[in-house]
Amino acid sequence: MSEAVLETRDLNKNFGALQVSRNINFRLDAGARHALIGPNGAGKTTFVNLLTGVLSPTDGAVLLNGRDITHMRQDRRVKAGIARTFQINTLFAGLTVLENLYLAVSEHLGRAGAMFRPAGARREVVDEAMAALDGLRLADDAGKTIRELPYGRQRLVEIAIALALKPKVLLLDEPAAGVPSAESHLILDVIEALPEDIAVLIIEHDMDVVFRFAREITVLVQGGILASGPPDEIAANAEVRSVYLGEGTHD
Amino acid sequence: MSADTSTTAAAAATAGRLDRASARRILLHDHRIRLIELLPWVIALGVFFLFPGYRLLATQILIMILFALSLDLIVGYAGIVSLGHAAFFGTGSYVAALLVSSYGVPEPVTGVVAAVIVSAALGFVTGWILLRTHGLTLLMLTMAFAIMLHELANEFAELTGGFDGINFAPGPILGIFDFDPLWYSSNYFYALVFLFLGFLFVRAIIYSPFGRALVGIRENTRRMHAVGSPVLWRMVTAYTISAGLAGLAGAIYVQVQGNVTLGVLSFELSGEILVMLILGGTGRLYGAFIGAAVYKLLESFTEQILGTDQPYWMLVIGVVLIVTVLFTRNGFIGMYDDAIAWIRRRRRS
Repeated sequence: MSEAVLETRDLNKNFGALQVSRNINFRLDAGARHALIGPNGAGKTTFVNLLTGVLSPTDGAVLLNGRDITHMRQDRRVKAGIARTFQINTLFAGLTVLENLYLAVSEHLGRAGAMFRPAGARREVVDEAMAALDGLRLADDAGKTIRELPYGRQRLVEIAIALALKPKVLLLDEPAAGVPSAESHLILDVIEALPEDIAVLIIEHDMDVVFRFAREITVLVQGGILASGPPDEIAANAEVRSVYLGEGTHD
Repeated sequence: MSADTSTTAAAAATAGRLDRASARRILLHDHRIRLIELLPWVIALGVFFLFPGYRLLATQILIMILFALSLDLIVGYAGIVSLGHAAFFGTGSYVAALLVSSYGVPEPVTGVVAAVIVSAALGFVTGWILLRTHGLTLLMLTMAFAIMLHELANEFAELTGGFDGINFAPGPILGIFDFDPLWYSSNYFYALVFLFLGFLFVRAIIYSPFGRALVGIRENTRRMHAVGSPVLWRMVTAYTISAGLAGLAGAIYVQVQGNVTLGVLSFELSGEILVMLILGGTGRLYGAFIGAAVYKLLESFTEQILGTDQPYWMLVIGVVLIVTVLFTRNGFIGMYDDAIAWIRRRRRS
């Protein structure tokens, strides 16, 4: 067994009487290609929010490389190596693609607090921003505002920003959600080509994507882990089939 | 959305594919000083020589521009709403006045430095507490804090002079230039120099990486958290700077006229300065210039025409504000942007 990069121990989250995460013991291994699946309302996004520090757990712990980060601030977790994308595009819609990347890179390089030097004066910030765009073949759109881009390309900018933060752990929250099927292969290609050293957790509804991409699948139902294992094992799991996959075939 | 970024976007979009050098140029583009930016300073000098009778009004306008500029940094750039910015203006005012009247330090620049330090410190402490809230809650808390300070100043009348305020006589500026209560000559330049310094400071900040980060926070706070920005810390920093600048404006305001009253801490002033900024346009640096000038000129001239016994000018301001908010995208500066864009389109076709 390889070493865990990200781990949760008995993670619980309640909103009042509503238990949205229950006793989640989860581990993401180095270089993982791990999918998190589950029906709507299973608590998948809540789980991502607990990992990134948007929400703090009612109890339990989150560990990054064995270090307890349960009470670490969001921005520190990002600096420690956890990056995410959002289920619904969360970009600076009125700013250009370049500016979107610029803001991320300047925070990542610790240059965003500088007050008496014009933005753009530091060559390495611009270079890294452009490199991140080049990597996903977005450089052609650098000068356009996010609003001017088709939705599929906006989804790519989400991923470009996350990658520009040089993460150890990448959490992709339904990266292809809302993208017309004609464009979705662009996003899947990018996901398949992600660097091996990044541990990836992908939340996805599309079973084709999940089974093509994942080497490990965790099934979340009503806030708790129902099953976890390699894809063929999950596909054969009777409980999973009845609760989740079974429902899917009736759609 | 501010037109600042959309013009950059337009310039970039026409450039098509970006290489790294042009990417840098685009980011640096806004920071370059344009010729038209000399205009306010030319006007300021012109007014001094051409309309000596209006120097008192013009001095007040300069000070209100500085105050509005300080508010723009948080409202226009960082997206922090405040209905209590007079708290810092007033703090600066009382620090400058009390240094002369109670502590026997008559030199005005020393007063300004002390005012900036105290109001910035106050901004830091209150920002650290209040900026954890957002929207209406924040609006109410900033207002409540300013009203509290106002009451406090009223309560400690032995020190502040209460409702009557304090009359004081600041000494010569840097021990050299005496204030000129009759013709307002040194007073005017005193205000102009500090406005210019304050403006350069704010201008440097908004085009810096820090300023961009503030715009990022305004545009999408969740995203800024997700790229690892210490959002609260950035906002507190901006709020502290803004409070310091407001304190600077407040100090000058009372020094040039030699008295301070409770008005400098009033809710009305907090509201007025926000109205000036909205009239001029938020998040655009020069909105503060246009807004403060238009507001004060309207106030002064409607009073001259319609008399001071009735608050007619409030009615005029009200109508102008409604029309501006309804029909422009971003105050007078938005109108200017639209006009420029219209002219460019006409030329092209």
